[in-house]
Amino acid sequence: MRRTTSRLMRGLAVLSVLALGATACGGSDDDSSGSKPVSSGDIQAALKKGGSVTVWAWEPTLKTVAADFQKKYPKVKINLVAERSGDKHYTALSNAISAEKGVPDVAQVEYFALGQYALTKGLSDLAPYGADKLKSKYTAGPWNAVTQGSDKVWGLPMDSGPMALYYNKKVFDKYKIAVPTTWDEYVEAARKLHKADPKVYIANDAGDAGFTTSMLWQAGSRPYKVDGTKVSVDFSDAGAKKYTDTWQKLIDEKLLAPINGWTDDWYKGLGDGTIATLASGAWMPANFVTGVPNAAGDWRAAPMPAWTKGDKASAENGGSSLTLPELGKNKELAYAFVEYANSGAGVQSRVKEGAFPATNAELQADSFLNTEFEYFGGQKANEIFADSAANVADDWSYLPFQQYANSIFNDTVGKAYVGNTKLTDGLKSWQDASVKYGKEQGFTVE
Amino acid sequence: MSGTSSSATSASPSASAAATGTTRAVPRLRKRREHSAGRPRRSVLLTVLTGLILVYTVVPLLWLVISATKTQEGLADSSGLWFADDFALWSNIHDTFTYHDGIFVRWLLNTLLYVGLGAGGATFLAILGGYALAKFDFPGKRGVFAVVIGAVAVPGTALAVPTFLMFSKMGLTDTPWAVIIPSLVSPFGLYLMWVFATEAIPVELLEAARIDGAGEARTFFKVALPLLAPGIVTVLLFTTVATWNNYFLPLIMLKDPDWYPLTLGLDAWNNQAQTIGGDVIFNLVITGSLLTIVPLIAAFLLLQKYWQSGLAAGSVKE
Repeated sequence: MRRTTSRLMRGLAVLSVLALGATACGGSDDDSSGSKPVSSGDIQAALKKGGSVTVWAWEPTLKTVAADFQKKYPKVKINLVAERSGDKHYTALSNAISAEKGVPDVAQVEYFALGQYALTKGLSDLAPYGADKLKSKYTAGPWNAVTQGSDKVWGLPMDSGPMALYYNKKVFDKYKIAVPTTWDEYVEAARKLHKADPKVYIANDAGDAGFTTSMLWQAGSRPYKVDGTKVSVDFSDAGAKKYTDTWQKLIDEKLLAPINGWTDDWYKGLGDGTIATLASGAWMPANFVTGVPNAAGDWRAAPMPAWTKGDKASAENGGSSLTLPELGKNKELAYAFVEYANSGAGVQSRVKEGAFPATNAELQADSFLNTEFEYFGGQKANEIFADSAANVADDWSYLPFQQYANSIFNDTVGKAYVGNTKLTDGLKSWQDASVKYGKEQGFTVE
Repeated sequence: MSGTSSSATSASPSASAAATGTTRAVPRLRKRREHSAGRPRRSVLLTVLTGLILVYTVVPLLWLVISATKTQEGLADSSGLWFADDFALWSNIHDTFTYHDGIFVRWLLNTLLYVGLGAGGATFLAILGGYALAKFDFPGKRGVFAVVIGAVAVPGTALAVPTFLMFSKMGLTDTPWAVIIPSLVSPFGLYLMWVFATEAIPVELLEAARIDGAGEARTFFKVALPLLAPGIVTVLLFTTVATWNNYFLPLIMLKDPDWYPLTLGLDAWNNQAQTIGGDVIFNLVITGSLLTIVPLIAAFLLLQKYWQSGLAAGSVKE
């Protein structure tokens, strides 16, 4: 049932993306109007005049930011629409853009999905508003994600997800296993744990596109090369081999719990010790606190295991930006809000509520680094996260149709988790399917 | 020849063979009589199958009721089919109604609005259409029949996307009308009303009313409508359940959470668990689901007898 619905949603998302492409092509002749610079005086005047801004974003800390912003600029009304996320959010956004009606003034878009909207001219370039001068404020990974190798700025980074290894200290202590610092040690630890208690798995993985791409990123693989509408997909570089060799061992020896992320089973497994580690973004602590309250004190954060001992390379997992859809209204006000939330005073209040920033100033602040995580037994976990953020390679790019590619992950790579297909073959068929789709969409694919 | 046990005990082997033959025949005869009409045959296989289906249908409900008594922690800690140490049903209900400034209440009212106008309107239109098709002759009736039967076969989900595009042209998306107007059409309800009206209203009665000088409207409201009551309840139940549970149509039509029905709202809450930094509130999703099905269960229990008689209408020729 769940599967059918999600397939339906995928189909719908694809459909609306097609429609989106069609309308965007038709309505792109007023392209020049967007590139006129908007001075800060214009923005101040707009703030004084007032108006309303509709924001589609599920990031929970924006509630406080919107309230603060309205207090500061009493004539501006922020209308925060916050109940949808993920697939449904993008379906609604694409539908609104293709229908040219009800398009929000500000929309939250995850980094992996930005390319799609940027390429179909669904988003405004923020450089004329002065966003291009904010580069030095952000860490390299997120800034690279919102600019995508061009001089255009498609959104301002809201948060980031430098990866860390979360581990259940109680379980590791119980079986006297050292926390792995390399992926080889990780495989060893997986064997020991599962041998000591067949109910315990080192991790859950039933096939997750976001996780796999992040792991490839960390391993130094760069499968996607994007230059405008010229793209290439290749999962056969050395980095990808490092990842598949290691992960294939875990799959072959049945050391991964066949649990999908973000389900109730997953939260349960994180709570009862069935899932012993989780390699994920720095935003995860907030989800631990609300989703796994019964394991408070059991978990700790550690740096991501390295591919070769001593290597510090990290990667991003998740994270999103705030963007201005081209068809939105009140552009000056909308930009003022986005800047306030993602680079101005809003960042402070969001960090206080548990968001993980993408800005250097906040990442390096003593108060941030010294924050003790009660959930992690008082650990100063931000030191690990900030270190990870600084070690993210900034040359990763996603496909301009990553949303589609991710939606077929389980039909291709996913087979490696349930059948006799090898991970390498799964990636190859993912590559083939992505290339085929890209060509159908009019991309030049090599 | 009466095969009693005394004759079976008599010496002759041929007689005994004949006797066994008869003794076998008697229970067979008795059996046939036993499962006629009043006393159905007992079958172990059927009992077991029924039992399995009972478990299959009741266990999820039981799980829902039990899970609604647990906190988020209790849900993760305890087994699904027994209570956790903390009994949190009342606080869960309280939290469900107050979470996010009480948006659950708003969703409940929205659902009632959609069901009231959508299902109520669909039933009313089905009564009018069904009555007219059953009792009046007009050119093209066969064509209407074909269209109605065809429409029954098309799932509403398949029409949702075209309807969305049409409504967005008319500027109706993201308004309650986008949910109410499509809900007004119930081909199955119309068909049911049509069949029911054919059987339930004697033509002679209508003719008598007309001869007595009643206009068509008066004949319909005073004579036909009371006779249609069981059918109306049946159609109302069907359309109510369909509208109450409708998920896909509101999903693509509505963007503003203030207009969500309960189905979409609960799904949005459930999705919070899949969101970075989102509040995980499985306990409220479960309690909210329980609260959502309570009105449906109540409607079924209260209207059951009408519903059953309505379903059977037309099945027996009198």
